[in-house]
Formats: sequence, structure tokens, C-alpha cells
Amino acid sequence: MPTVKFTQALKRFFPGLQNMQAGGKTLAAILDEMEGHFPGIRRYLLDEQGRLRKHVNIFIDGALIKDKTHLTDPFNDNSEIYILQALSGG
Amino acid sequence: MKTTLLLGTRKGFIAYEYRHGAWQSANLSFEGQPVSIAYADPRNGTWWAALDHGHWGVKLHRSRDRGRNWQEVAAPAYPEGAEVKDGQPASTRYIWSMAHGGIQYPSRLWAGTDPGGLFVSEDEGNSFELVTSLWDHPSRKEFWMGGGRDLPGIHSIVVDPRNENHVHIGISCAGVFETTDAGKTWNVRNHGLRANFLPDPSTDVGHDPHILVAAPGNPDHLWQQNHCGIFRSVNGARQWEDVGQPGGPAWFGFAIAVADDNPLQAWVAPANSDETRTAINGALCICRTDDGGRSWQEQRHGLPQSNCFDIVYRHALTSSGHGVAFGTTTGNLFFSPDKGEHWQVVNNYLPMIHSVQFAD
Repeated sequence: MPTVKFTQALKRFFPGLQNMQAGGKTLAAILDEMEGHFPGIRRYLLDEQGRLRKHVNIFIDGALIKDKTHLTDPFNDNSEIYILQALSGG
Repeated sequence: MKTTLLLGTRKGFIAYEYRHGAWQSANLSFEGQPVSIAYADPRNGTWWAALDHGHWGVKLHRSRDRGRNWQEVAAPAYPEGAEVKDGQPASTRYIWSMAHGGIQYPSRLWAGTDPGGLFVSEDEGNSFELVTSLWDHPSRKEFWMGGGRDLPGIHSIVVDPRNENHVHIGISCAGVFETTDAGKTWNVRNHGLRANFLPDPSTDVGHDPHILVAAPGNPDHLWQQNHCGIFRSVNGARQWEDVGQPGGPAWFGFAIAVADDNPLQAWVAPANSDETRTAINGALCICRTDDGGRSWQEQRHGLPQSNCFDIVYRHALTSSGHGVAFGTTTGNLFFSPDKGEHWQVVNNYLPMIHSVQFAD
């Protein structure tokens, strides 16, 4: 099962946040799964139309995902999925 | 004068309380996070913080105990398939205004957003619904445009206390719209305005009212600091009259406040032209009219008069009784106990100030 890892910045809003094994077959399904563990987190990562927020990055095995609209980038059972904030602002 | 000041700033929600003749810091919440609007509902004392997270999107929180504890509620969100323009999906980019729905409708709240959606809650803010009659207005996709922000936004919501289903809203850029049936139908109310930035300055829709307010003492008296001057209406926005000062300084700016006790008395915070958006001649000045905009007096006593770059955003100038307060883009907060005759510094070291509101 792939592992989902989160930026520490999200712990401010979700204090119980921790690395998780995920069973979803798509990135969108995995984020739905994370919503079950941490209610509300999906809306922190995606907008109401399901697109990755502009200043949120998701990396799969070190590579930035390409499809920020439909979240169709592939991964495998051993993948590590990192959810990070983009560097921006000040 | 009300004795609490709420500030929405670029780095948090800040409250001051007036004790022993001075404003004292009373609450800091959401430190480090941009607060687009800090709003107190006068009906029940609930505080609202609209957050504009750089990373995590727009969030809405409320506190029923003056900022000691906050609860996140679902922020206004656009329904699936909503589009700003054809092919451009709509999502909430900013909460730009909040207003309570009146005494007769104690559970009603309004929220105005970028990219142009008005939202209403009928359950004390637990959930918000897009007002589809306005979103579907035939003028929106073709004639509304960005102004101040990249996409259209609703920054002003003015509920008539005599009939709380009667609401005016201000949109940049579209202008003033009015409903008399709580948002089922809308009329455009831009007669008399000028949009010098358009090929047709007297266009029906496309104006840029930076802020729209009503006189508490007479809600038919509406005022707006517009991109193209200062305008007043004495008939509920059916006709607007230019009351700006030719040659300034009371001309370009963002903010306006009207006295509680006198619909003819108002303050503006002039700025240089839209090209520079700085303090005029490096000096900070508030202008007050006591005669409905026929004349304006400059109020500078206690304000910096050199090397100053401050301007005042649209929600950051407010009055209560004889008290007037404003916050600036460079984090200065000023207060006058005497309707602007004399100004005192409350704090010179705040973050950029987005909104200032007097509260109980």
C-alpha cells in the first residue's frame, strides 16, 4: 500500500495528522480516504471543483504530479505520496 | 461610541478594547494568517474571521466568546459546474464582505466573494448557499470584470433595517445592484455613475464602486467611494450624484464612512490616483463633509505629514458616535475621539490592515 506523508504545516489545523497507509487506487480516492481520517482536510487541499489548490503540491516518489485538475497521476503499491505546501508569499 | 475594535490584517485577527481612555490589545487569533474580514454580528456578538490562507484556501471561523475559542464552519463554496466565464470553473477565492440579515431574520447572514458570488446562510452561518439569481444575472459573464482583484468581487452588502429583504450590494467591477425580495430578483442601480476606464463611461454595468455604505440615520442615503470619484444618492441608489472634490484631495480612494447620527456627514481617506495608490504628497489625510459632499474639510491633526505611503483599504475606515478609526496598508491604526478633528496613534507596528469595525 502506498504511504501518504503530510507537511507539518497542516498539523496546525489537524493536530492528529500522521503518515498513513492508503488503499485507494487513484490519487483522488486516496484524498477521499484521508478525509475519512481527518475530516475537512480534503477542502484544505482541493477547491470545491476538485482541483488541487494553486499553492499545494503533491509529489509521487519525488516527482511533482502533472494532473492538478483530475489527479490521475499513477503510483504503485510502494509509492510515497508527499503532500506539501508550495513555497510562496511572505 | 462602541468600545471594541476588530481588525482583519494580513497576519491575523486582532481586537482592541477601549479601557481607561485608551485602546488596549485584547485578542490575537490566527496569528500569521491573512484575515480578509473581521466581522462582529451586532445581533448576538458572534465574531467572524474570514481567512485567506495562501495555501489551503478560504476558510471561515466563528467565535461566540469574543475570540477565546473558534469553530471552523464550511466556507461559502460554489456548486459543481459553476463557471466565472465559459470554461473557467468558479471556486471561492476570497471572502470580501459579510453582513447580518437583520433583526427579523436572526439566522440570516450574507457573504460576498471573489469571483462574484453572493452567498446567503439561513442557519446562522452553518452553511451558505450561492444566490443563483444574481450569479445567473444576464450581465455577469459579459460585463462584470476584475477591479482591485483579478476577478469580480462583492465587497459591499447593505441591508435596509426598515425592510430586511431590501439589500444593496456593491461589486467591483459591475456596480450597485438592488434586491427587494431577499435576493430573488435584482435591479441595476448605476444611474449617474461614471466609469472613466471604459469606452462608454455611462455604461449600465461595469462600474467600480470601491465601497458602498448607507447612512444609519436614513438608509435611503447611500454613499460610495468609487474608482472615479465620490458619489451620493438620496433616493436609495435610483440616482447617483457626484460629490467628489474637483482637483481633490477628496476624490480617489477606497474607503468611506457615514456618521451614525447625520446622513450628511461622511469621511473618506483620499489617495493618489489609481496609477500610484499612495498617500497624497506623502501626507496622510482624512476628509470630512458635513453637508452631504458639497464641501470637504481636511483632517490632518495628528497624522503623519511627510514620508508617508499609507493608504486605507475599503473596509478599514469606520465611525461610531464621535469615534472614528482607520487602519492602513502599512500597518498604522489611528483613532479620533472627536469626529476626526484630532487623531491619535493606536499602533504603528501592525500588519497590513484589511478591515476595521467598531463592535460592542
